[in-house]
Amino acid sequence: MRNAPPPRHMPRMPGQKMDWKAAKRLLSYITKHYKLRFALVLLCILLSTLAGVAGSLFLQVLIDDYITPLLGNANPQFAGLLRAIGWMAMIYAVGVLSAWMQNRIMVTIAQGVLRDIRNEMFAHMQALPIRYFDTHTHGDTMSRYTNDADALRQMLAQSLPQVFSSAITIVTVFLSMCFTSLPLTALVLVTVSLVLVVTKKVAGNSGKFFAKQQKALGDVNGFIEEMIQGQKVVKVFCHEPEAKAEFDRRNEALCENATKANSFVNILGPINNNLGHLQYVIIAIAGGALAVFTKSISLGKIATFLQLSKSFNMPINQISQQMNSVVMALAGAQRIFELMDEAPEADEGYVTLVNAKEENGVLTESEERTGLWAWKHPHADGTVTYTKLSGDVRFYDVDFGYVPEKTVLHNVTLYAEPGQKVAFVGATGAGKTTITNLINRFYDIADGKVRYDNININKIKKSDLRRSLGIVLQDTNLFTGTVMENIRYGKLDATEEEVYAAARLAGADGFIRHLPQGYDTMLSGDGSGLSQGQRQLLAIARAAVANPPVMILDEATSSIDTRTEAIVQRGMDSLMHGRTVFVIAHRLSTVQNSDVIMVLENGRIIERGTHKALIAEKGKYYQLYTGAFELE
Amino acid sequence: MDLIKRLAKSIREYKKDSILAPIYVSIEVILEVLIPLLMATLIDDGIDVGNMHHIVKIGLILAVSCVFSLAFGVLSGRSAAKASAGFAKNLRRDTFYRVQNYSFSNIDKFSTASIVTRLTTDITNLQNAYQMIIRIAVRGPMMLIFSFAAAIFVNGKLSTIFLVLIPVLALGLYLIMSNAHPIFGRVFKTYDRLNNVVQENLRGMRVVKAFVREDYETKKFTDVSDSIYKDFSKAERLLAFNAPLMQSCMYACILLISWIGARLIVGGSMTTGELMSFITYGMQILMSLMNLSMIFVMVVISRASAERVAELLDEESDIQNGENPIEDVKDGSIVFENVNFGYKRNICLHDVNLSITSGETVGIIGGTGSAKSTLVQLIPRLYDVSEGSVKVGGVDVRDYDLTVLRDSVAMVLQKNELFSGTIKENLRWGNAEASDAEIERVCKLAQADEFVQKMPDKYDTYIEQGGSNVSGGQKQRLCIARALLKKPRILILDDSTSAVDTKTDALIQRAFAEEIPDTTKIIIAQRISSVEHADKIIVMDNGRVDAVGTHETLLDSNEIYKEVYASQVKGVSTNA
Repeated sequence: MRNAPPPRHMPRMPGQKMDWKAAKRLLSYITKHYKLRFALVLLCILLSTLAGVAGSLFLQVLIDDYITPLLGNANPQFAGLLRAIGWMAMIYAVGVLSAWMQNRIMVTIAQGVLRDIRNEMFAHMQALPIRYFDTHTHGDTMSRYTNDADALRQMLAQSLPQVFSSAITIVTVFLSMCFTSLPLTALVLVTVSLVLVVTKKVAGNSGKFFAKQQKALGDVNGFIEEMIQGQKVVKVFCHEPEAKAEFDRRNEALCENATKANSFVNILGPINNNLGHLQYVIIAIAGGALAVFTKSISLGKIATFLQLSKSFNMPINQISQQMNSVVMALAGAQRIFELMDEAPEADEGYVTLVNAKEENGVLTESEERTGLWAWKHPHADGTVTYTKLSGDVRFYDVDFGYVPEKTVLHNVTLYAEPGQKVAFVGATGAGKTTITNLINRFYDIADGKVRYDNININKIKKSDLRRSLGIVLQDTNLFTGTVMENIRYGKLDATEEEVYAAARLAGADGFIRHLPQGYDTMLSGDGSGLSQGQRQLLAIARAAVANPPVMILDEATSSIDTRTEAIVQRGMDSLMHGRTVFVIAHRLSTVQNSDVIMVLENGRIIERGTHKALIAEKGKYYQLYTGAFELE
Repeated sequence: MDLIKRLAKSIREYKKDSILAPIYVSIEVILEVLIPLLMATLIDDGIDVGNMHHIVKIGLILAVSCVFSLAFGVLSGRSAAKASAGFAKNLRRDTFYRVQNYSFSNIDKFSTASIVTRLTTDITNLQNAYQMIIRIAVRGPMMLIFSFAAAIFVNGKLSTIFLVLIPVLALGLYLIMSNAHPIFGRVFKTYDRLNNVVQENLRGMRVVKAFVREDYETKKFTDVSDSIYKDFSKAERLLAFNAPLMQSCMYACILLISWIGARLIVGGSMTTGELMSFITYGMQILMSLMNLSMIFVMVVISRASAERVAELLDEESDIQNGENPIEDVKDGSIVFENVNFGYKRNICLHDVNLSITSGETVGIIGGTGSAKSTLVQLIPRLYDVSEGSVKVGGVDVRDYDLTVLRDSVAMVLQKNELFSGTIKENLRWGNAEASDAEIERVCKLAQADEFVQKMPDKYDTYIEQGGSNVSGGQKQRLCIARALLKKPRILILDDSTSAVDTKTDALIQRAFAEEIPDTTKIIIAQRISSVEHADKIIVMDNGRVDAVGTHETLLDSNEIYKEVYASQVKGVSTNA
């Protein structure tokens, strides 16, 4: 598998539809654990919004009831005003308290829901079949954990409460405006819709240029990635001037698009702001006209209305901005749910692997580790039989294809007896790795039969089947942690002595001891800092510590020089003495001492036999060996 | 401060826009601040006294100032966009150019992924930060100052309210932010860990499943995920004080203005219109303070990006042309004199002495980690020796002009790279002016012509990024052809025929011997068959030259060579 590039994700553009199904499912996560708290949040939002609106209305009371009547009064009484302010202060206090409670509780809900979704997604991912990972790029899956989860977080923590409070504000402010002055309210409706039309137009333009900017950015980033990857080649060929020129061209295009896209976004603020001011002026003039010509409106009412009209514009803008991120977050949620809805790896196996002891030739189950393993096979009639785990693998007429339309293995029949070393040789794509994918049931066969210790492999529980197999792959994947932890991955309760022994066996002990902190050296970033060969040695040690009865080595020594390989091979041979080993190798010297070599071509076994026999046969293997054919 | 100076060098031709944007913003702010003042006279001298003429007159002035404010707002938005996109362009360019001048050891110091992230994500972050600084970050303080001035103008006595409220709000915001910031820093680090677990699992899913470690990995993930939950909640609970704090100040402001204002109006020293505009200024002042605190956080976050980019810019290439570099490589002879070399402090080449005559074919054999690649990388000066000297054509490589030296020494790296583009374009990396006939000739030499001719578009076939649509053996042969196009004096193949079958390998070797006899050929190989016909074979072991000789003499006298030979040719080992 080629390593996927780091996740890079285009932000979704406006204009997408709201995904109600995802919204409902997301809501179910909130109500599952946080029902009461969520209700409380809604109540708090209502209270704090009402307190804000009450503030705007208070202005009218202040002017009309406590200021205008007292004007010209020689001995004004402020006791009433003080009382009113006291009441207002209490309303405000409730509002502030609600706002704080709302924010605080929402943090718990948002972070909690995110954690639940994240953990569920990862646990589900672990249960997915290998097919899923082979058919989806890592970057794509990764972005569900990063971009999509992040969009979700923003929506839960910010957009959701804001949309609620904006909606409540709009309704209450609108009602208050109607209550204050109907004609002015009609005027506000007209101006607000005009403002909306203008902003929509500008936002649409910015969306268009943003898409272009994103494309240009992808272009520049792609170029940077390719050049930096191949930087050493660039240097060897003195290709720097050409790289710079090409970079400049793409960089210039990006700059141009970025300027346009950002210009539109930047002017959105001033437009909203100043059109808001303009609306304010228009209302003031209209209100003034009403007051002057019809005397139907008081000064306090005009002041209040002006204040209200300001608090009407803001939430409308906010909602239209937030809607975008809500739609984006829901699209992200949908992608996360998609992953969660992928069918997990099916496992109908019921034969399990148990520790066993042998008494008078009869196998019985044992509590402690005996070093002897047996398959526990419960039958329909209630009896249980035990079969010794010995590593006998047989394929009968197996057909297989990764997709139903394309069969890659045809009629494969093979048998590997305990203690045998079986090698597969053939060109890339001949089906060597596919066979090993079937033994550990990363994939299931289409037709035929695979038996393991004479048990149909489908009856064996997958986890137990895999525990009985050791696998070393060409692409060695190590995990962040110490060398010790990485080797111990093969057997979590391995003692230090066991780890050392496995490392010695794999020929890794020597270089590990030369690392700065020996076995405690931290490996990070997939073991970078180690050479490919050293990583392969660690992977072999990791498999060796598990001490499995069957071992599959898929190009496991391809990056190790032949001399070291010979040493490793000697170690492995002694470890696997009496057990089954499958070897896939590109280097023919690696497989020469196998008990049986199978030559694969286009998914069929075309030759089989020992090295000597195959050489004598003068067939394909002979041609490969003498160099008449290329393997890749 | 040095950091800012370092990055500011990239502003260059966008200095004008970078200065204009804040100026436009300031004008916009001043106009915006004037609007409530005008509104006050509209209310007091217009509505309150019923003077329609005054209402219309002031209304028109107001409308005009709105339009002007809008115009300056748009101008500032465009200048800011231009300045920030331009700054990012220059910064990206400067950094990319810098990286192009790196030596191998500079490149080794940073991982590829980290260079790419710095050039992409980090610079985009800086672009956003820059735009914010020249526009929003100017608007906040401007608004604060002008609104405050206007408030004092309207009513000096009432303005003392702000003198109490502003410090309260500022202190509150400061306390919240300074407490939350370190927690956020921690959260982002934990996020990296979380992503790392996912990434490793995605890559190593076969390993996880093969060892049945699904539960183990899930626990690992949940642990990190829980710690993110805890930290993030903690930080956000602090931030939850933000809005209530802001509201408290705002509400206190309204109530105080109402109480004191009402008394002033009744007392005759203030008007209703002034009260209204005063409330507006109050909101503007507090809002701008709030915005300022948010900008502060954003800028602090982008600081990390700035540091990472500056690190690339400050990295000095440790391989540079000497004074009066020599522009001509006489021949392909190579001499190593008492060469010691180490990456960092780890010495990995000890006391190497070698002499290779021009035109010779030299094979190098040795185990993993025996420093074969290191040895040959000293020849085109991809690294500099720690001690001793390497001479090409009788001259120390450090005395040559780098381009001249590297054009004369062609090297096919172990990690071959082809680039997206046609085969022809890829090959012309070796020589931009090469004719089609010349390209075909070198491809024939490298035994690549045959398979290229079979491709649908022949030499115009498009190679995908990383050369993923050709096989390993084909890629290697194309890379050899590319190197041959340079017509080098010295050709180095670093394990470059490992995926090529032995027969083709032999054909390549023969073509070399016949077609480019004057070129010194150095071949690193795992396979004995690739080097056995060389004039000279160097056996490397643990950073030392173990022996030099021909196939026959080495087979006779060198233990390592014998063992390698045995492991490949004899084949069947004793313990089958």
